[in-house]
Amino acid sequence: MSNVVTIKRGVNIDLVGETNPELGTPHSISTAALKPTDFQGVRFKLSVKEGDEVKAGSPLLYNKDVEAMKFCSPVSGEVVAIVRGAQRRILEVRVLVDKKTKFENFGAVDPHNIDRDAVIEKMLQSGVWPMLKQRPYNVVANPEITPKAIFISGFDTAPLAPDMGIILEGQEKEFQAGVDALAKLTDGPVHLGLSESIPTGKTLASVRGVKVTKYKGPHPAGLVGVHIHHLDPIDKGEHVWTIAPEHVVILGRLFLTGTYDARMVVALSGKEIKERHYIQTVAGACVKELLENNLSNDIPVRVISGNVLTGTKIEEDGYMGFYERQITAIREGVEPELFGWLIPKPNKFSISRALPSWFMRQAGQVKYDLDTNNHGELRAFVVSGEYEKVFPFDIFPVQLLKAILNEDIDAMEKLGLYELVEEDFALCEVVCTSKINVQNIVRDGLNLLRSEVG
Amino acid sequence: MKAIHQFIDSNVHPLFKEGSKLEKYWPVYDGFYTFLFTPGHPADGKAHIRDGVDLKRTMNTVITALIPTLLFGMWNVGYHHFNAIGIDATFFEQFLFGAIKVIPMVVVSYGVGLGIEFLFCVIKGHQIEEGYLVSGMLIPLIMPVDLPLWMLALSVAFAVIIGKEVFGGTGMNIFNPALLARAFAFFAYPTYMSGDKVWINTTGTEGMMAVDGFSGATALGEYATTGVSQYSALDAFIGIIPGSVGETSVIAIMLGAGLLLFTGIASWRIMLSAVLGGVVMGLIFNAVAPFALSAEQQAFMAVPFWQQLVMGGFAFGVVYMATDPVSGSQTDTGKYVYGFLIGFLSIMIRVFNPAYPEGVMLAILFMNTMAPLVDHYVIQANIKKREQRLALKTATA
Repeated sequence: MSNVVTIKRGVNIDLVGETNPELGTPHSISTAALKPTDFQGVRFKLSVKEGDEVKAGSPLLYNKDVEAMKFCSPVSGEVVAIVRGAQRRILEVRVLVDKKTKFENFGAVDPHNIDRDAVIEKMLQSGVWPMLKQRPYNVVANPEITPKAIFISGFDTAPLAPDMGIILEGQEKEFQAGVDALAKLTDGPVHLGLSESIPTGKTLASVRGVKVTKYKGPHPAGLVGVHIHHLDPIDKGEHVWTIAPEHVVILGRLFLTGTYDARMVVALSGKEIKERHYIQTVAGACVKELLENNLSNDIPVRVISGNVLTGTKIEEDGYMGFYERQITAIREGVEPELFGWLIPKPNKFSISRALPSWFMRQAGQVKYDLDTNNHGELRAFVVSGEYEKVFPFDIFPVQLLKAILNEDIDAMEKLGLYELVEEDFALCEVVCTSKINVQNIVRDGLNLLRSEVG
Repeated sequence: MKAIHQFIDSNVHPLFKEGSKLEKYWPVYDGFYTFLFTPGHPADGKAHIRDGVDLKRTMNTVITALIPTLLFGMWNVGYHHFNAIGIDATFFEQFLFGAIKVIPMVVVSYGVGLGIEFLFCVIKGHQIEEGYLVSGMLIPLIMPVDLPLWMLALSVAFAVIIGKEVFGGTGMNIFNPALLARAFAFFAYPTYMSGDKVWINTTGTEGMMAVDGFSGATALGEYATTGVSQYSALDAFIGIIPGSVGETSVIAIMLGAGLLLFTGIASWRIMLSAVLGGVVMGLIFNAVAPFALSAEQQAFMAVPFWQQLVMGGFAFGVVYMATDPVSGSQTDTGKYVYGFLIGFLSIMIRVFNPAYPEGVMLAILFMNTMAPLVDHYVIQANIKKREQRLALKTATA
């Protein structure tokens, strides 16, 4: 029997444009990319130059501070472009995809038979390591630290969330091998959070060697941060690592086959994608082929790598983020609206009942067709008690944000920033009456805290 | 709609944009533009969808919640006027008279307040913020009808400049600006703000004088000075008593409270605990009434606790002013304490100090000062919990 944790504060935002629960016909992709901007807390150095041939698992970049930590190509082919931004910061390393993928061989091994250092070394050199994220700070895990626990969330409660059962289908062996490897990395348990209501799927249901806890309640019940907070909160000086279940599968493959095989199933979601299904592709794939002739015409569309709460806006020929398992497209809200604040329109979401959408929900209209409009302008904090409705942590969100804005390190520590990352505040950002970009503030706070405290 | 937007975009917008002649007045243009249109700005943070409610909508909801008190207030002004001069008037005449008295107050309040806000925004180059939309409606509703308009204007100016702009504008103020306006008028022009002459207009109709034996004192004023009132609790509940324009009718206020609570815009924690605080203080007074120092005070103390809640500005203050999120307590636990003390102190001040029968104003202003302290202790408790957890871990490790 596993425990059930009930999350009360939060909200499910049901959007139109769910992914059909089926696997689409595979697309070939022309390019894939690694985006250094996806990784926090790493200083990058290039391992390749344009024109180099790489295999899947060949390093494209490495960490300047931990040189053993490689960031590897998810595909084999030619490095076609190294895109740089302001101050020559590397934005993308693009690789042209071969017809048949050639893999670097790191050697298959049963993780039970090797020690912790050997597991770490294998993960570092093969490019799998960055899948481990560390709290505090939400950065790529530091291999010199032994975390007190590792957390995996086996379900997703975000708007238009993909079904993890489909994403992980048929990967029982890989997932188990991944979990076995993870168990080597921590002295504490490997936690797996599952939903009380969403069906789990065979892969997660059959795994051994993890501590299962079930959660029920609205989003953010599926966020790993919520799980950590309720099971084993992080205090000063403690570290917890987190990893997504689809990455556990890739980690497992490394030990089963000796390759960095970054193939994964991602979900196409959002109303403005015409054919929405799950699709087999690789991490960092170019979305162009996936979305070609598949986006709504005539209206401005925002393509998001990730979900609508935490994803990154990308171009229609951009690349999927390293940590994402979903591509979403929704209408860009660029139309000015006459008396938008006065005239109540039904198709808006609100946490308050000050809009008629509340009545519509009662009357049976359950899904929203939302666009990206800001619905107002930036203001100072005015309304109180709003974030608390969607923030299931025993932490004061507004006071913490104000501490960050004040750059008050001491207050950030005391108010509990060690436990939190940007995504934990995503709903606060959505419901904010003052339209404050809360997640960016949290990132700034984490960066500052890390630079001061380390 | 497209046509209007295009017209503004091509004819008005260029006048104010950067580098043009009226560039300095951009905030004013922007204020009017965003009043007309919710701009087509897409979300630029990490979240790609946003709540449909913004500060304009929030403020608008509060103003809507104030409308019943405004309309009732207009009628009540007329009703008492014609009563006082002994003339029978129809409902329509009463309402019209009141409207003629009250609307100029609203106009002056918004005119002066928004004018100053615009001025500050132009000087600072800030966008115009919505905070004054509610204050501007609240101020006329908490003033006596006979307050000269220039005094009203001065109070508004004081509230906006000293109460808000010096702190940095909407969201930064320590005190509730509307109450600050009232407090200013109260201490600067006490004769126009208290006593028995100001609450009912008796001069509106030429050549008319108040009828013999007329008293224009409020129910609270009567209790404070004589220990009895000519008005029953039911009168006070319905609102047909003299008082500030919008504060008299508990029924109208309850309508507004209903809207604010239903939409979730005002804190039910503050409202509930403030009422509780009032009840508790009322009950204490009821219990200790026999030990009062004077007969008047004894009579006032003996007023049933529930009747205390329907008299004076208590209900209005609790529903519309105590729930101001900026000047009030911001933590959920803090809100209970904050609200309770407002209710408790309101009744205490009005009974103990006959000079200030309107205790709720001072109670809220006092608690505005105390709100950060209340929050501080709530937050410290939370911090302590975390520290103890850490201490426990290091002890066992």
